Amino acid sequence: MTQHEDNLGGAAIRPAPVDSGAFLQVRELRVHFPTDDGVVRSVDDLSFSVDRGKTLGIVGESGSGKSVTSLSIMGLHKRGTAKITGEILLDGQNLVGMSPERVRLLRGKRMAMIFQDPLSAMHPFYSVGSQIIEAYRIHNKVTKAVARKHAIDLLDRVGIPNPKSRVDDYPHQFSGGMRQRAMIAMALSCDPELLIADEPTTALDVTVQAQILDLIRDLQAEFNSAVVIITHDLGVVAELADDIMVMYAGRAVEYSTAADIFNSPQHPYTWGLLGSMPRLDRERTERLQPIKGTPPSLINVPEGCPFNPRCAYAGTNGDLSFTVRPEFRDVGGGHHIACHLGAEDRLRIWDTEIRPKL
Amino acid sequence: MSTKTETAAADRRLGEDLLVATDLQKHFPIRRGLLQRQVGAVQAVDGLTFTVKRGETLSLVGESGCGKTTTGRLLTRLIEPTGGTITLDGRDITHLSASAMRPMRRDIQMIFQDPYGSLNPRHTVGAIIGAPFRLQKVKTEHGVKRAVQELLELVGLSPEHYNRYPHEFSGGQRQRIGIARTLALRPKVIVADEPVSALDVSIQAQVVNLMEDLQNEFDLTYVMIAHDLSVVRHVSDRVAVMYLGKIMEIADRTSLYERPMHPYTVALLSAVPIPDTNRRDNRERIRLSGDVPSPINPPSGCRFHTRCWKAQEVCKTTEPPLAELAPGHQAACHFPENTTKLTIDPTGSAA
Repeated sequence: MTQHEDNLGGAAIRPAPVDSGAFLQVRELRVHFPTDDGVVRSVDDLSFSVDRGKTLGIVGESGSGKSVTSLSIMGLHKRGTAKITGEILLDGQNLVGMSPERVRLLRGKRMAMIFQDPLSAMHPFYSVGSQIIEAYRIHNKVTKAVARKHAIDLLDRVGIPNPKSRVDDYPHQFSGGMRQRAMIAMALSCDPELLIADEPTTALDVTVQAQILDLIRDLQAEFNSAVVIITHDLGVVAELADDIMVMYAGRAVEYSTAADIFNSPQHPYTWGLLGSMPRLDRERTERLQPIKGTPPSLINVPEGCPFNPRCAYAGTNGDLSFTVRPEFRDVGGGHHIACHLGAEDRLRIWDTEIRPKL
Repeated sequence: MSTKTETAAADRRLGEDLLVATDLQKHFPIRRGLLQRQVGAVQAVDGLTFTVKRGETLSLVGESGCGKTTTGRLLTRLIEPTGGTITLDGRDITHLSASAMRPMRRDIQMIFQDPYGSLNPRHTVGAIIGAPFRLQKVKTEHGVKRAVQELLELVGLSPEHYNRYPHEFSGGQRQRIGIARTLALRPKVIVADEPVSALDVSIQAQVVNLMEDLQNEFDLTYVMIAHDLSVVRHVSDRVAVMYLGKIMEIADRTSLYERPMHPYTVALLSAVPIPDTNRRDNRERIRLSGDVPSPINPPSGCRFHTRCWKAQEVCKTTEPPLAELAPGHQAACHFPENTTKLTIDPTGSAA
């Protein structure tokens, strides 16, 4: 009995990428940027959902469209430059095409975002406290004193030492880890139901990263938020995510539970990511197994499967990989992939060629 | 008879000390006021002693602000040391003047972290990689262009890229250009400052493999500066863990990762996220509280005592020396871990 069947039996029926009852549902999202050189298809036909209390990890390299996805959910794309189609349903309300004023009312209160670089995401001219107070007072009719008290509580909650005096500090007076905590405090100031964290720990040291991941996990348990965590680091999603979506060239290529993705991944790109990483928990391998080539330009996405120029298994099914775009489909138990390889081939390749080398 | 002594000499050369730093210091002065009097100093690097053997890869790891980049710049003499000595291949280069240093630069080269900032955007790839030949007035057999094209092929780029500009390349390709430039003069030592941390995961592996191949081909010695402990384990022969300008622990790869002695190393290793969901619940992680203290005013005694869970009174007053606690394994701690033969799994799977 293979591992894959194990998972099928154990996990019962997993929700499809879009669960119609979920808090955040993204359906057929397309974000295109018309430029002089052509249309940049940053996100192309992407669907997924996240429910409250759950964490979705979105994994991909730079240019895979993961940050563009998060910015379009938050409504942060500049009007006119991006062409967004599809549906983004937040608790049933479609955010695509909603007026900026209405999206602003949702932002902060119902959804919030943690950015990668806290130094450029915070305003250098205002104190940390006043930036948290501002967000809180927009959504809550309270006096400044009450909001300040709330800001101090939050800073204390995210582990800033001596919050009573640090609340009046400016961002540059904080260290990198403290700034990231302050930004988390800001994002959480109105108890958002959806929290998007875009590379929340990439700029941080490993000890601080561990602190921040623990913090996000604890706060999610406390507020029962839906969390989308975007990263290129498979280690980080393994720590936090319930479900994982792997993106390549603006599309989802694999989606399943975190355990499934790590124990029986089925897409060659996911195999490539796993083989590229040196791992502390395994015997040291002599050679890493990199993915050949580089990610494609999003203006000229390759015909057929976008991954075909880099895929070691392209062409095993005749011309399919080069001519037909593989459909993103359920291959059993809610495990979705977009690949032309047959089910038996995938299992055989994973078991005999990929797993032994990891 | 003579061949025997020759091979013996070659063997000795491979393991001999190529780069030696003794009590190396760099304090950046802080000046204030009208007269710019010195009011303090950032003790970026404070008394490092280590050796790099010919043909090996020594990695310096630590959190940001621990002085690892400053150390790299001191070794390549991009900045002037405040104290201590640096010896390269038997020659003291600590205070050589720029002109006296220039011939030595053939032997020691640097790969920079940022593949976007370290290539001049107005120069073609040919001019960038050809610059070392021009500056060192090296005569190449078939002209500089041919030499550059060979270097491009060596690092996995196409010779036709000779006339292109850096902006036409991706991050991974730029890092390859940087590597080709350092290789131009066939150096003995390459100091690589976070060579892969700015790259995507799949590209990272390509560059790591390339650097390994080049090391085998040209008998290179690497000093690798990195913060990613998984990558460091993959590439290094020996690893030095730095904290606030000092070496906390230095050992060969296997003993450092399997039997870390310094509590700081143990904490660093336990903080690395492991890409395995089965480990999620049963990992015992050591949480270090707070941030690295300021190197302007480092803690007394052992510099790690403010964050260490094993710290006692003696740690606040007396600085532990870097002592050899096992063969080839030095640590600076009053209460080291794993000094007995007990082995633990650093990833905590046994916990």
